[in-house]
Amino acid sequence: MTVNDFIDKLEAEFDDMPKGTLQPDTDYRSIKGWSSMHALIIIAFVDINFNITLNGSDLKATKTVSDLYNLVQQKASA
Amino acid sequence: LSSFKTSNVSIKGLTVCVPREAKSIFDYDLLSKDEQDLFYKTVGIKERRVARENVTCSDLCEKAARYLFENKITSAENIDLILFVSQSPDYFLPSTSVILQDKLGLKKTTLAFDVTLGCSGYIYGLSIISNFLQSGQFKQALLLCGDKSTISTYVEDKSSYPLFGDAGSATLLEYDTDAEDMTFTMNSDGSGKNAIIIEHGHSRFPYSEESDVIMEIEPGVKRGKKHLALNGQDIFTFALKEVSPNINETLKAAGKTINDIDYFVLHQANKLINETIRKKLGVEKEKYPYSIELFGNTSSASVPLTLCFALEEKLLKERLNLLLCGFGVGLSWGSVVLRTEPMACAKLLNYD
Repeated sequence: MTVNDFIDKLEAEFDDMPKGTLQPDTDYRSIKGWSSMHALIIIAFVDINFNITLNGSDLKATKTVSDLYNLVQQKASA
Repeated sequence: LSSFKTSNVSIKGLTVCVPREAKSIFDYDLLSKDEQDLFYKTVGIKERRVARENVTCSDLCEKAARYLFENKITSAENIDLILFVSQSPDYFLPSTSVILQDKLGLKKTTLAFDVTLGCSGYIYGLSIISNFLQSGQFKQALLLCGDKSTISTYVEDKSSYPLFGDAGSATLLEYDTDAEDMTFTMNSDGSGKNAIIIEHGHSRFPYSEESDVIMEIEPGVKRGKKHLALNGQDIFTFALKEVSPNINETLKAAGKTINDIDYFVLHQANKLINETIRKKLGVEKEKYPYSIELFGNTSSASVPLTLCFALEEKLLKERLNLLLCGFGVGLSWGSVVLRTEPMACAKLLNYD
């Protein structure tokens, strides 16, 4: 999956998020209305799509959408 | 040992009792309107039942048990064992089960003891009782299970306060040589003890002035050390990692597949957790009932509550193959595969 496919799918998980809101360099915690529930949505999204279960400290080490994408790629190939 | 079986035990009936007063998430001002909507959509809770100050979990369980006696499902003299599974006992001591032995008019030869477990408690309770009953030396037992979680959450902690509801349940089990085996897989991992914890108030950190001090952990999350602290992300990761393998292992040990099971009744933790587990398992929505929308997370009562709320008619009329699963505080988790014959009772009651 490319980073753009990753972004498309992630945007679809956040209901009401207009397409194009997320860019690879977007600090995902800065999106409007960000809450701890969004972190859970990301963990569930990665689990279902990549069969990788991220934990809280995994997420803490990421800032941008591409950090997240790279983390998933790295864990998938590990 | 990962899985084990018990024989000759059936569930004859169950009742669950919830406080009548409901609190809506849309009245919880610590969440903005957008956060309330996201909470309802993601966590799945619209409202939950909250017990009055002078009502305990054991009061809810007592009413649930009395219903079984009043409706002649059984009688007090038939009960050989009473187990109270809860994290909100009446007193530091004595055990709440012993108090309930007297209140319910059970005989003095009754075995009565408490087990301190939360979200996994119903499955643990079934495994303990069925081990006692299976030899035939005990004929009937009551599993009283639930929590008054709202006593330990702090109103200004948005990470825990809106999640929990109160409920108490009573399940009647009996020795029955026609019963199909129950197959259990039970797990424990105390390294995750801090994921859900009430730190102060027992012997590690006895109640002190410090226990009452309210601290701000992060915006919207304030609490004292006597209150319940919950790390949502850690619990979420734990549940995604451990629950579906535990369920698959239990099915395998029981010699069954997903398709052999009529209903999967899981602890009602959080709709996003439960839905992600459902997708990992590959279970259809129709076989995966919920009660979380109207009752929240009711700790160890959530499995019997979901059974009574969503499946009462089926439990009364049909023979069902069920998978029941609990997971959470401890960390502690487990599943059971069992078959029920038409039950005498599967009733949800209100406590006024």
